[in-house]
Amino acid sequence: MSEANRGVWGVVPSQGKRVSVQTMRWAVADGRTLTGRALAHWARQPGEVVLGLLFPVMVVLMMGYLFGGQMDVPGGGNYRAFIVPGMFALTMAFGVETTFAAVASDAAKGVTDRFRSMAMSPSAVVVGRATADMLHSVVALAVMAACGVLIGWRVHDGAGKALAGLGLLLLLRFSLVWLGVYLGLIAKGPESVMAIQVLVWPIGFLSSAMVAPSTMPGWLGAVAEWNPMSATVTACRELFGAPVTGGSWAAQHSVLMAVVWPLVIAAVFVPLSVRRYRALGR
Amino acid sequence: MTEARFAVVAEGLRKRYGDTEALAGLDLSVPAGTVHGLLGPNGAGKTTAVRVLTTLARPDGGTARVAGHDVVREADEVRRRIGLVGQHAAVDEVLGGRQNLVMFGRLHHLGAKQARRRADEMLERFRLADAADRPAGRYSGGMRRRLDLAASMILAPPVLFLDEPTTGLDPRGRNEVWGAIRALVDGGTTVLLTTQYLEEADRLASGISVIDRGRVIAEGTPDTLKARLGGDRIEVVLDDPASLTAAAEIVAKVAAGEVDADAETLRVGAPVSGRAAALTETVRALDDAGVAVADIGLRRPTLDEVFLHLTEEKEVPL
Ligand SMILES: Nc1ncnc2c1ncn2[C@@H]1O[C@H](COP(=O)(O)OP(=O)(O)O)[C@@H](O)[C@H]1O
Ligand SMILES: [Mg+2]
Repeated sequence: MSEANRGVWGVVPSQGKRVSVQTMRWAVADGRTLTGRALAHWARQPGEVVLGLLFPVMVVLMMGYLFGGQMDVPGGGNYRAFIVPGMFALTMAFGVETTFAAVASDAAKGVTDRFRSMAMSPSAVVVGRATADMLHSVVALAVMAACGVLIGWRVHDGAGKALAGLGLLLLLRFSLVWLGVYLGLIAKGPESVMAIQVLVWPIGFLSSAMVAPSTMPGWLGAVAEWNPMSATVTACRELFGAPVTGGSWAAQHSVLMAVVWPLVIAAVFVPLSVRRYRALGR
Repeated sequence: MTEARFAVVAEGLRKRYGDTEALAGLDLSVPAGTVHGLLGPNGAGKTTAVRVLTTLARPDGGTARVAGHDVVREADEVRRRIGLVGQHAAVDEVLGGRQNLVMFGRLHHLGAKQARRRADEMLERFRLADAADRPAGRYSGGMRRRLDLAASMILAPPVLFLDEPTTGLDPRGRNEVWGAIRALVDGGTTVLLTTQYLEEADRLASGISVIDRGRVIAEGTPDTLKARLGGDRIEVVLDDPASLTAAAEIVAKVAAGEVDADAETLRVGAPVSGRAAALTETVRALDDAGVAVADIGLRRPTLDEVFLHLTEEKEVPL
């Protein structure tokens, strides 16, 4: 619109548009700045990054290599093919602790308040966190997959389905970012990470990640089959070409459930996190 | 033109947390270009006041304008014009000092090059250049505070809020921070500073609001406030309970206010105005009267006494 024909009424919408484009640009730029902050943390603490990756790798090696021969898999499958997707999903689930600790520490140290007192994009705090955590998860999955391959784990149904499986794992992680953000915002401080472990570990282990639910006592097995993590694990086993057949409706529709569950988790915790973030001002 | 003359204007601010009235109708006006001290004991509502004025908390009632903009309706405009140093040094402890400042500069929407240049300027100005690449978590308390100050000054905001900037610092760190604040004020920044220390307000602020239970209970320059308290106190500690009345009568002659005589601790005290004269006169009079003295001296009022005095004063007319 030229200066000349921009009337009294023309100014308002065109200004509104400019503001929103600017707002978007800042949201992206600020999100990138805060992603860069997390990456700079890794560069500053390479030891911690390596240690963090070492844990899942160790578990893959231990489970697949040491116990690989002794464990029975329903249907007589290979335990490595069974356990590797389970370890992938467990790592995604335990990622909640990373997200939580980062968010809670910023809140406790007043860094969140400093961000809130600045004219920066309010979404950037979460966008930066989520991007960094997702990058970290991609790296962790790649390293674990490489270790899996080293101990003899293979995908059998082609690269397309294997990538779809990895996509489902990242989708689970993404939904859990929001759980971590929410818990971090309601926490009193980063010390309560212990409490988060108490919450996350049972969810992690009460799933089909390490043991087939069919071998668990009745009601526990049912809980494990409907556990969101189990959906992702079972779907991955299918997509990686080593399906575990049978089980409840949830187990038989695991790919569907592996999409539905994360969407449900996100649908609950995105608005809760946003509300909580706003409530910091009350 | 209140806009130009006052950098901070608050009227009847209220904020309640459950049963606690953190702010109970707080009024405040800070002339542009000055340092104003918000002085009060723990729990007086200082932090809450700063949080409301820096848009971090919504007031339940009342209004406030900072740098000419309403803190609720024009929060973004306010945020563009303020710097905040909260009660905890809010810096990234993993990143180095320079990395911190570049990050905050970028979040203020400076370009990459500009953010780096500004970071270097601030490091220089706050004498952190030597420690620029060390993680902020390994800084001393005073250094971290200075980094915090530097981070809040990146955009050279016209109004700066400092919430207990020296609490928990050793005397050296305190001096460092005071120096940094003075330098900012010389540059024309308006500073609102909260503190629990009378001395700190006295040294830095040209105006002081004493607050208690979410309300301003006294206001003025450091000098007028001290004058209201009668300034220094003389204190005599006696050896013999029998001489208490005699000593109280002697002290009353030089006192600028009420004389306290405590039979249990054998102390006689009173506010005085002329320091040296009051002391010599009392010593001579006590000596003439043959009153044995265990200790005698002048001392400044403690903050506790200031509050006691001011809250009592406040309650009399009610
Ligand atoms: N978020 C909060 N939730 C509950 N009570 C609070 C909160 N913030 C402050 N208070 C209460 O409000 C009062 C004033 O607190 P504050 O502003 O922190 O005082 P100061 O900074 O002067 O020590 C205190 O009684 C404190 O316990
Ligand atoms: Mg406080």
